Amino acid sequence: MAKNNNRPISPHLQVYKLPLTGIISITHRLTGVLLSAGLIFVVYILYAVAGGSNTYTAMQAFTSLWLVQLIYWGFIYALFFHLCHGVRHLIWDAGKSFDRDTLNRYAIIELGASLVLTLITKIFV
Amino acid sequence: MDYRSPLAKVRGLGSAKAGTSHWWMQRVTAVALIPLSFWLIIFLNLSLNAPYQQTVEWLASPLNTLGMVAWVLAVFYHAALGLQVVIEDYIAAEGIKIVAVWTVNLSFLLLALAALIAVFRILLIG
Repeated sequence: MAKNNNRPISPHLQVYKLPLTGIISITHRLTGVLLSAGLIFVVYILYAVAGGSNTYTAMQAFTSLWLVQLIYWGFIYALFFHLCHGVRHLIWDAGKSFDRDTLNRYAIIELGASLVLTLITKIFV
Repeated sequence: MDYRSPLAKVRGLGSAKAGTSHWWMQRVTAVALIPLSFWLIIFLNLSLNAPYQQTVEWLASPLNTLGMVAWVLAVFYHAALGLQVVIEDYIAAEGIKIVAVWTVNLSFLLLALAALIAVFRILLIG
């Protein structure tokens, strides 16, 4: 059978400007992968606590470094973003809110809500 | 003569293999993780800032032990399910795909067990 080179194809990422919803969507996947990697860090902290007060103090000395703090708060923001967009997915699963205006509005709400939740964590927890 | 029922003939075929169970468990664990993430955040905040005894006592209280153990079970399951989808989307070669998916699955199973063992060791201290 002759190969048809004229079939419609997906938009190339190099030439296609992703809409906000597209950026949010790939960020959800990206944060999911990064958060999964971050779980190794949580296991490390659990073992630092299990290891006794010396390993605990050593762990706190490490995590108080500014670079580790930056990664830590990035992790928290990623967690809240993934959570907010996850709730969005659950709303989609219920078959609701697929129209374009709602899509963009929710995208802004998600970004804002995850920032607010991160700030609440920073201030109150 | 074929005695197999129509259902038996089609079961396990098709691209979805096990049907909707993967998709469904991803949602169930996601919903569970909404409240359970609360325990993770409190635990991380205590571990990074509080004195040793305070963190141990917090984790040793029954409700917090339950919350952390439930979080561990839900989060490692959720992560493995999610990473499986990512691998299946980007790796086309069937052999590498299967090896990658099961490397991730078994790694996260081990990490979950390691996390649970750590929690129980902390309980022995507290």
